[in-house]
Amino acid sequence: MDFNLTEEQQLLKKNVGNFAREELAPMVREIDEKGGFSWELWRKLAEMGIQGLIGPEEYGGAGVDSLLTQVMVIEELSRYDFSSAANIVSNWAIIRKLVNDGKEDHKARYLSGLINGEIVGSFAQTEPNAGSDVASLRTTARPEDGYYVINGEKCFVTQAGEAEFTIVVVRTSSEKGKNAISALLVEKDRPGYIIGKKEDKLGFRGSTTRTLAFDDCRVPASNLLGDEGKGLKMSLKSLAIGRVLTAAQALGQAQAALDESIKYAKERVQFGRTIGSFQLIQGMIADMAIHLESARLLTYYAAWLRDNDQSYAMYASMAKTLATDVAMKAGVDAVQIYGGYGFMRDYPVEGIMRNVKITQIYEGTNQIQRLIIARELLGEKRSFRELYGQK
Amino acid sequence: MKILVCMKQTFDTEAKIAFDGDGKIDGKGVTMIMNPYDEYAVEEALKIKESGAGEVTVISAGGAKAQDALRQALAMGADKAVLLETGELEMDEYATAVVLAKAISELEYDIILGGFRAIDDGSAQVMGRVAEILNVPIVNVITKLEIADGKAVATREIEGGSEVVEVSLPAVFTAQKGLNEPRYPSMKGIMKAKKKPMDKKSVSDLGVDVAPKVKALSFSLPEQRQAGKVVPGEPAEAARELARMLREEAKVI
Repeated sequence: MDFNLTEEQQLLKKNVGNFAREELAPMVREIDEKGGFSWELWRKLAEMGIQGLIGPEEYGGAGVDSLLTQVMVIEELSRYDFSSAANIVSNWAIIRKLVNDGKEDHKARYLSGLINGEIVGSFAQTEPNAGSDVASLRTTARPEDGYYVINGEKCFVTQAGEAEFTIVVVRTSSEKGKNAISALLVEKDRPGYIIGKKEDKLGFRGSTTRTLAFDDCRVPASNLLGDEGKGLKMSLKSLAIGRVLTAAQALGQAQAALDESIKYAKERVQFGRTIGSFQLIQGMIADMAIHLESARLLTYYAAWLRDNDQSYAMYASMAKTLATDVAMKAGVDAVQIYGGYGFMRDYPVEGIMRNVKITQIYEGTNQIQRLIIARELLGEKRSFRELYGQK
Repeated sequence: MKILVCMKQTFDTEAKIAFDGDGKIDGKGVTMIMNPYDEYAVEEALKIKESGAGEVTVISAGGAKAQDALRQALAMGADKAVLLETGELEMDEYATAVVLAKAISELEYDIILGGFRAIDDGSAQVMGRVAEILNVPIVNVITKLEIADGKAVATREIEGGSEVVEVSLPAVFTAQKGLNEPRYPSMKGIMKAKKKPMDKKSVSDLGVDVAPKVKALSFSLPEQRQAGKVVPGEPAEAARELARMLREEAKVI
């Protein structure tokens, strides 16, 4: 077992950490208060080439396929700016989707822009009544004279309104079952592509989240990503990567909670001594570190399995669940250590609580993750729909 | 344009200094960085290269760890690196300069850059010695550098102002804060760094005398600062008390 970082990983970790601390961290408060995606920050990230880390070299990317390396970069970003880390993960998912399932024309039109940070894309899957139960989604795309005509509503679309295009998960067949779902690329200027209300969120406020509606929105049949009816299969395949990278976002914030807790415990004086000298505070800090390091090891292991071509989906779910639960607890405990000050926006820890909450929810709720893990362990092959859906 | 940059791996500015059993500075577990003044030198070299044609070679004399500083420079955009491995040898400024100058004399160069001092021992001697051994002019502590027609115009800090100096090339320049804003290496730069050539030479193979002229006898930490005192009470009363303390306790007035 080799725990040594490669030379590239050491350099990436150090430089991304320095960059995030010096360039991103000072802007976090203002962006959190204002709420919404910041192009100014996005351009800073682009100077470092972070959007393009995973992008193919022929489109200007750095061509890094290692999920472990990606995890380390996201961790360092998230340690100082959760929203930037989460935005980058979502940008990478779109790059990955175009690389894997996009037509040459899509790649030529969008990949270099996504890689150099000039544009962003968005991904619309969740609907008001279809969250964890993806297969119940109702947005339809009807084939008609070489076009698809889209109708329906999507919610919680990250970067909708800022994005040049949206990858929309739609129902292309009235048949029930898994072969009815497809993914379509919809450009923002298509008539019938309606940008809806901007959400006001608890955390992850450095992103723009909106609803999207499609009213007889026509896109050419060539905008189909991958094969018709295979949309669900495709999104299931990329899910595990997203889960490991969500774990990485959580690890970064848990690290921030630990950093801030240690700092404050050494500074804050009560009863004539620093609160770090009290054993109850020491216990909280030690536990935070124990849990963080365990979650980090499991996350690295899941990424390592994927990088070494081994089956890792269950470990991705385990890492996602553990890291996000650990980070949530770390955020709550950091606020506790800060006491009354921790509750104030002027101090850095309440934001951790607010940001990390979403990591327990998106990319599959932690309840769904536990079902995935249990199903794997118990050898249950039926889908959740078959298990829990209306009979 | 052939540009050489001399650099040193130093302790992080936030590193806690401690001594080992022999009373020497303990480097274990300390985060190392490229000497910040050398970082300005690297950035300046890259800017000169980008404004015309050129090649940037970075050189460091040090232990295996010095490689990290060189890789950082390669990731920023330097083309080649030379590592002069010192192994267990104790090097002073004289020995370091002799070694660097010897390695440089085997390369082509128009411009040699380096930080004006290292943030660890802060002796500000090495670049001056290198220039002397190579018999080329040196302009120290520069905050601006312009290159044209085989000449350089450099602005340097002097007491209470600045001085503009013209010098023919090749020449040595030492960088001061303010010369530029060093870039962060890009993701692509980092991924490419490992593929760039790193020439490793053992110092003992260079055929020069590396016996140091100066020996550090001992190290000590500065005295810890005492906590401040707060003088309580109404302003007038507190001021009187403060004056009394300054006169009678501190004996400074």
